[in-house]
Amino acid sequence: MSTRIKNEKDFWTGVLYIGFAALALWVGRGYAFGSASRMGPGYFPRVLAGLLIFFGVLALIRGLRCSAPPIGPIAWKAASIVLLSMVAFALLLERAGLVISLVVLILGSASASPRFRFEWRAALLAIGLVVFCVLVFSKGLGLPMPLFGSWFR
Amino acid sequence: MDIFANLLLGLQTAASLTNLFYCFIGVVLGTAIGVLPGLGPVATIAMLLPITFGLQPVTALIMLAGIFYGAQYGGSTTAILVNLPGETSSVVTCIDGHEMAKQGRAGKALATAAISSFVAGTVVTLLIALFSPPLAGIALKFGPAEYFSLMMLGLVASVVLARGSLPNALGMIVLGLLLGIVGTDVNSGVSRFTFNASGLADGISFVVVAMGVFGLGEVICNLEDTDERSLLAMKVTGLMLNKDEFKAIAWPVVRGTLLGSILGILPGGGSSLSSFSAYALEKKVSPNAANFGRGAIEGVAAPEAANNAGAQASFIPMLTLGIPSNAVMALMIGAMMIQGIQPGPQVMTDQPALFWGLVVSMWIGNLFLVVLNLPLISVWVKMVSVPYRLLFPAIVVFCGIGVFSVSNSTFDVLLMAGFGLLGYIFRKLDCEPAPLMLSFILGPMIEEFLRRALLLADGDPMVFVQRPISAALLGVCAVVIVIVTLPALRKKREEVFVED
Repeated sequence: MSTRIKNEKDFWTGVLYIGFAALALWVGRGYAFGSASRMGPGYFPRVLAGLLIFFGVLALIRGLRCSAPPIGPIAWKAASIVLLSMVAFALLLERAGLVISLVVLILGSASASPRFRFEWRAALLAIGLVVFCVLVFSKGLGLPMPLFGSWFR
Repeated sequence: MDIFANLLLGLQTAASLTNLFYCFIGVVLGTAIGVLPGLGPVATIAMLLPITFGLQPVTALIMLAGIFYGAQYGGSTTAILVNLPGETSSVVTCIDGHEMAKQGRAGKALATAAISSFVAGTVVTLLIALFSPPLAGIALKFGPAEYFSLMMLGLVASVVLARGSLPNALGMIVLGLLLGIVGTDVNSGVSRFTFNASGLADGISFVVVAMGVFGLGEVICNLEDTDERSLLAMKVTGLMLNKDEFKAIAWPVVRGTLLGSILGILPGGGSSLSSFSAYALEKKVSPNAANFGRGAIEGVAAPEAANNAGAQASFIPMLTLGIPSNAVMALMIGAMMIQGIQPGPQVMTDQPALFWGLVVSMWIGNLFLVVLNLPLISVWVKMVSVPYRLLFPAIVVFCGIGVFSVSNSTFDVLLMAGFGLLGYIFRKLDCEPAPLMLSFILGPMIEEFLRRALLLADGDPMVFVQRPISAALLGVCAVVIVIVTLPALRKKREEVFVED
């Protein structure tokens, strides 16, 4: 058996499963196991972690043995732009307020598209979306989101 | 007969002005997202859930259900007119539907799709009314052991019919269960896997998972695809079918409906598998089989009937047993729990108006779809040409605000970003995320039933095979797994999914 990865998808699936299971076992190491008739808080998680390791090892083995097409290109750039815009939105929402955080989220995530150009249509759309959200979510549904946050007070 | 009294009660509920209004909103929205590329019913329902919190439970469910089956209609409209399946369930409709459109019979193809779906919807509404009470009656006798086994069967069956490798899919289920138990343990009060974050004390909201994995994850995936679509929309004329055409579609519709209903009830079945199988079946039995692929009207009627039947039949296990058969049903169960309704067989007896109102509303919704969609076709066609680069920032925004609104917490938004990344990784690794969603929602219930069953049996795991119903359910589970691992069927299963 060679140690080269023959099936990237299965191999990394296995790594992912085992990683999650190990995390669960480590974080949950203090939870009481109990017994089958009196299950403690640690019983079910540990059984699950064991199962997950089992499926993870199966996937690893297949990853090393059976050939399959590679994963292919991964859109790291698009993924990080979209996710970071979302993180920025979460962090800005209460501090800078709904309007600014929305602008950041809309223009930020829009720039993830390779076809994004900052032109009048994009600007118009962003303004329209912000107005819509303010009217519907803030005014209409009354969600507790300040239009302008604590930085402006 | 009881069934008429029940349906009458349902009609009274569903025909109230508010419910009609939200049913209408639901089907229109559903059609719109079915038409729009890159936005599926799971993400949409997750985005709209927060808005439904303020509604009556029955109204909320009626609207969410409308989105689900409305999406099937929208998906087939674009399949026929522009050869783009809006939903996976309408992939096969492209084959003959678009061919008909090219021959100038677009109107007839659309009318066939609408009529077939409506007939199927009507039949399945009746099936639900007929079969739900006895099913729920059986389920009422269930103890914790039976429930545990039933949920196991639901989870196992959901991966059998899903794509991808079986062990990986089972792994996704276990991962979902593990994510589902994050939060305070109801029995011991111990906080599990909360990392001392107060935002995790009540567990992860299913809206966060659904929007992250199905909303954000899908957005990122779609961004890889950079080709802009250029479409030539065709003129739609001549909606009416003639007598011969009605005759031609009659049997395909009946067969499609039956097949769709059966597959829809099975966990994991639902609409995609139904439409694929119905098309395959029709190709074998139809007298007009030679013309399939060249614009055969039967090739539109059968899969369209089947996907609508499948979509609606998947409500049966959800409503009677409290077991979701696909990701949308998992969200519906989540929506019920947020509204304070414990899903399960008791819903029908405790909340008859809700149960029957929802059932009848599906029939009304189908009527709306037929009446509405044909005149609105030009609007839908315009929507298809909305470029994705203008659409996706709006999806991202609705995900963000939607998640925030569930418990007004920015922590949830951050968590969703994390699930977005995970969702993207799952897609890159060919791990189907739908089973994870099912098990995530069922996780806490499964643990509770396991705990109770073993408590009653003094820790003896044999209880699951000593009780006959439980043993039968687990037996079916085992048979299902064995069958799938048999080489012959494995090949067949790959063939079925090769087209999507």
